[in-house]
Amino acid sequence: MWPHLLKRLGLTVLTLVLLSMIIFLAGQVLPGNPGRAILGHYAPESAVLALNRKLGVTRPLLVQYWSWVSGIIHGNLGTSWEYHAPVSSFLFPALGRSAKLALFAFVIVVPLSILGGVVAALNRGRAIDKIISVGGLSFTTVPTFVSGIVLIVIFGIALKVLPVTAQAPPGSPFFTQLRYLILPAVPLVLILFGYIARMARAGTIEVLDSDYVRTATLNGLPRWRVISRHVLRNSLLPTITVIATQTGYLIGGLVVIENLFNYPGIGRLILTAADFKDFPMLEAGVLFIGIVYLLATLLADILYTVLNPRIRLGSEE
Amino acid sequence: MNRSLVSTSARLPHEHPPDERAKVLEVNHLDVSYRVRDRERLAVRDVSFEIGRQESFGLVGESGCGKSTTALAVTRYLPSNGRISSGGVKVNGHDLTSMDKASLRRLRARTVSMVYQEPMKALNPSIRIGRQLSEVYEIIGLKRAEALERAEAMLRNVQISDPGLVMRRYPHQLSGGMQQRVIIAMALASEPSLLILDEPTTALDATVEAEVLDLVALLRQEFQTAVLFISHNLAVIAKMCDRVGVMYAGELVEEGPAEQVFEDPRHPYTVGLLRCVPQRGQRKDHGRLDTIPGFLPGPGQVPRGCVFAQRCSLADERCVSEAPPMYEVTPLRSSRCHYHEDAPRVPRSTPADVQLPESGELDRAEAPVIRLRGVSKTFKVRGESVRAVSDIDLDLRLGETLGLVGESGCGKSTLARVLLGLTPPDEGSVIELDGLPLAGRCSERDREQLQAIQIIFQNPDSALNRRHSVRHIVTRALRKLAGLSGDACETRLVEVVRSVRLEESHLALRPRHLSGGLKQRVAIARAFAGSPRVLVCDEPTSALDVSVQAAILNLLADLQSRERVTYVFISHDLGVVRYLSDRIAVLYLGKVMEYGPAETVFAGPHHPYTEGLLSALPNLDGVQGERVKLEGELPSAAHPPAGCVFHTRCPRRLSSGVCESSEPPLVEVEPDHMMRCHIPITELRRLQGKEPSGQEEAQRTSAAT
Repeated sequence: MWPHLLKRLGLTVLTLVLLSMIIFLAGQVLPGNPGRAILGHYAPESAVLALNRKLGVTRPLLVQYWSWVSGIIHGNLGTSWEYHAPVSSFLFPALGRSAKLALFAFVIVVPLSILGGVVAALNRGRAIDKIISVGGLSFTTVPTFVSGIVLIVIFGIALKVLPVTAQAPPGSPFFTQLRYLILPAVPLVLILFGYIARMARAGTIEVLDSDYVRTATLNGLPRWRVISRHVLRNSLLPTITVIATQTGYLIGGLVVIENLFNYPGIGRLILTAADFKDFPMLEAGVLFIGIVYLLATLLADILYTVLNPRIRLGSEE
Repeated sequence: MNRSLVSTSARLPHEHPPDERAKVLEVNHLDVSYRVRDRERLAVRDVSFEIGRQESFGLVGESGCGKSTTALAVTRYLPSNGRISSGGVKVNGHDLTSMDKASLRRLRARTVSMVYQEPMKALNPSIRIGRQLSEVYEIIGLKRAEALERAEAMLRNVQISDPGLVMRRYPHQLSGGMQQRVIIAMALASEPSLLILDEPTTALDATVEAEVLDLVALLRQEFQTAVLFISHNLAVIAKMCDRVGVMYAGELVEEGPAEQVFEDPRHPYTVGLLRCVPQRGQRKDHGRLDTIPGFLPGPGQVPRGCVFAQRCSLADERCVSEAPPMYEVTPLRSSRCHYHEDAPRVPRSTPADVQLPESGELDRAEAPVIRLRGVSKTFKVRGESVRAVSDIDLDLRLGETLGLVGESGCGKSTLARVLLGLTPPDEGSVIELDGLPLAGRCSERDREQLQAIQIIFQNPDSALNRRHSVRHIVTRALRKLAGLSGDACETRLVEVVRSVRLEESHLALRPRHLSGGLKQRVAIARAFAGSPRVLVCDEPTSALDVSVQAAILNLLADLQSRERVTYVFISHDLGVVRYLSDRIAVLYLGKVMEYGPAETVFAGPHHPYTEGLLSALPNLDGVQGERVKLEGELPSAAHPPAGCVFHTRCPRRLSSGVCESSEPPLVEVEPDHMMRCHIPITELRRLQGKEPSGQEEAQRTSAAT
């Protein structure tokens, strides 16, 4: 197990390094002169040059990259060109708020979609299967901004049962904060439900048709015990990987949702940074989204390895 | 002999004490149908049989005959589109068809158990053996601790030597034979009245098969269980069963005591099946196997008359128009044939004698087509060297068949791949084709060399591109290997296709429209397209039914005598190897243990390993000598035993310790017969009771000249 996990960890680090390079180079390729962007059209050329020198963008690329990377390693994400303040003072609170929203959505969607998928598989071909499968798939095709607006109109404006902003007033108790997060979380849940439920359904059906489930059934085990002991653990293994890769969709969804609900999370932060050509902020934001994604995948790999004895123990010669 | 093991654990109390008068299993006019595209299709039709207490009943037949469906119906575990559409199944007198879910579950838990074809798939991959097995005891009401104790005792019962260790293992950490023992332990845990075995040894090696069958026979006595044994292998059924039912196209066509049915079959289908199997002594140069012409009726096609009429040479108008009932042949036997009295005399559909071409007598002095000298192949597996094939010297002569024999993992397939250039051998290995050195990689061989060595695989399904038509598949081989194009290619195409007894109408079809046997013919046509000198046949008939196997073996034999091709024939079925081979090499852990003319190797004296292999082989003759058992499991090729590699399992290991300390060389023990063993040939001959009789001696001298 350990060599396998070490290899995974190594790959994650390598991916991270490549990611940082791509982000950095993309920042270089994008048009625009930072000094000019910050100082505006009417600033004298000499001032722009001076600022560029001060920002360090006139140095060779490799030097710039290295100073960026070593800064990050030491916890210095640079200074925002827009706000003239350390990037970290914006990024981390935003990341925290996004994490809260994303986790909330996850906590709802993961059990719900797995349950949905398993229920659909157990009732294969019946009405409930069709409702879950077709319904789930339909919801994944509805963009978050559409479902978000519809939800706002129904629950926030017409029924007035839920707040239309996502950010609870400062100092609100935990459950009030969650209440504010319900409306923004639901579109994310709808997007993810279909994918995860589909995987859980497919995995469960495969296992239900397997020979060892036949063995368990013909050994006279009660149905619920066959399902809880023999089906679920094996059928949900592939679903774990799918859930991890869905974090990508989740972050994409966050950008839209946070703007729609005016929620100061990472998605909104990088969108604003892109608007203002605030490169240090943009780069750090994208890099951290990448880190979160890679960590989620790594976690899924570890979980998969721990739960799967065939990988954990290898085969005896 | 193992009685003490059982008596240590008190018998489990049975919920419904079985009614001693009732049969364990009664199947009455059973019809099972599957719903396919909104149409009901009968898979099993009017099947009736009974199994008495402690009796063993075998169901035999080719794929698609309905034997597994019958077994699943007996456990009521049919797929969701299948149902028992009429008739009944009673277990211990209780009607299964009307049983509610709870009683059905209790019946499965306590009364009926099953053992399956693929043990690896039948065990849950993520639960330890101990938990899986003890669960069965928990179901019948034991506490966890006691269940674990019982599970461990049961593993000892199925002759697992270290049950404590196996309990902590996951299924993938056990060998196939061990997995099957665990399944058997699981099945017998509840001391069922009926044990169903569905092809329990088909996925196992012959030696392991023999051990598992011995175990089942032993435990059946101890647990006083009735057995329903399902197999396509007639010899296995003959060995294991008191009575047998032969199934064809969903019907039971013949039924009776196993010995009588196999010795004096009374249904033309049974007769045909038995003639398809190469019997002891039958060889390609004096006799062809009989075949059953035609095909199984498609699913859902129910002929008005006898289901076998289309393929039966005895059939007349009555057979086509009037479905035969189950006739009573004797009070113990029945046959579903109007002419069951004439059945034993059903004419052969393939002539027994063959006219061999004049060149049939091969020139022994002729230079070999392929010479292998010191061929080895070492794989690196997780940093360890694994010697799959070790220092092999073999000669392949023109027009001869070399049979490669040994358990899985002995290096047969690696050797075949080396020959084909798919796996380059180690430095220093010499492969020569017609006296000229052959490159280790096929990418470095020229076209003529590539053309010279071809292969037929075990599974024609995966060997043929399913998107291409037969025409495309064979034409491509003709272009690439024979370099033909245009009219020449077209002429040769028809020629090749005819030579494997396919029709021109097959050319337009794609593999999925063909049966397994026809697909294998296409694969053979492709292999013969470039007129190869050497053809590697890697288990070419293992995936086929016996009647189809017979036709393919006949075809291979005919093509060989006509085209003078050399075969390297790999098979785990020694009967098949014996039928087709001129010379045999027995491999063990990558080494040649015995090598010589087929008849000499089969007649003996044998290398102790060969002896073990032959003894594991169930046969239809009913003469089963004392089993020579190979102990333990095949050692890992990464850490082969010191001394003679076979000593860890050798039943004739010498007490002097020489087998453990030094490796015997491969030497000529009698003319043309090589063996790698410390025991002198005279001693082997005495041990194996092979004192040469006058007749054998005469045979051997005539074969040598």
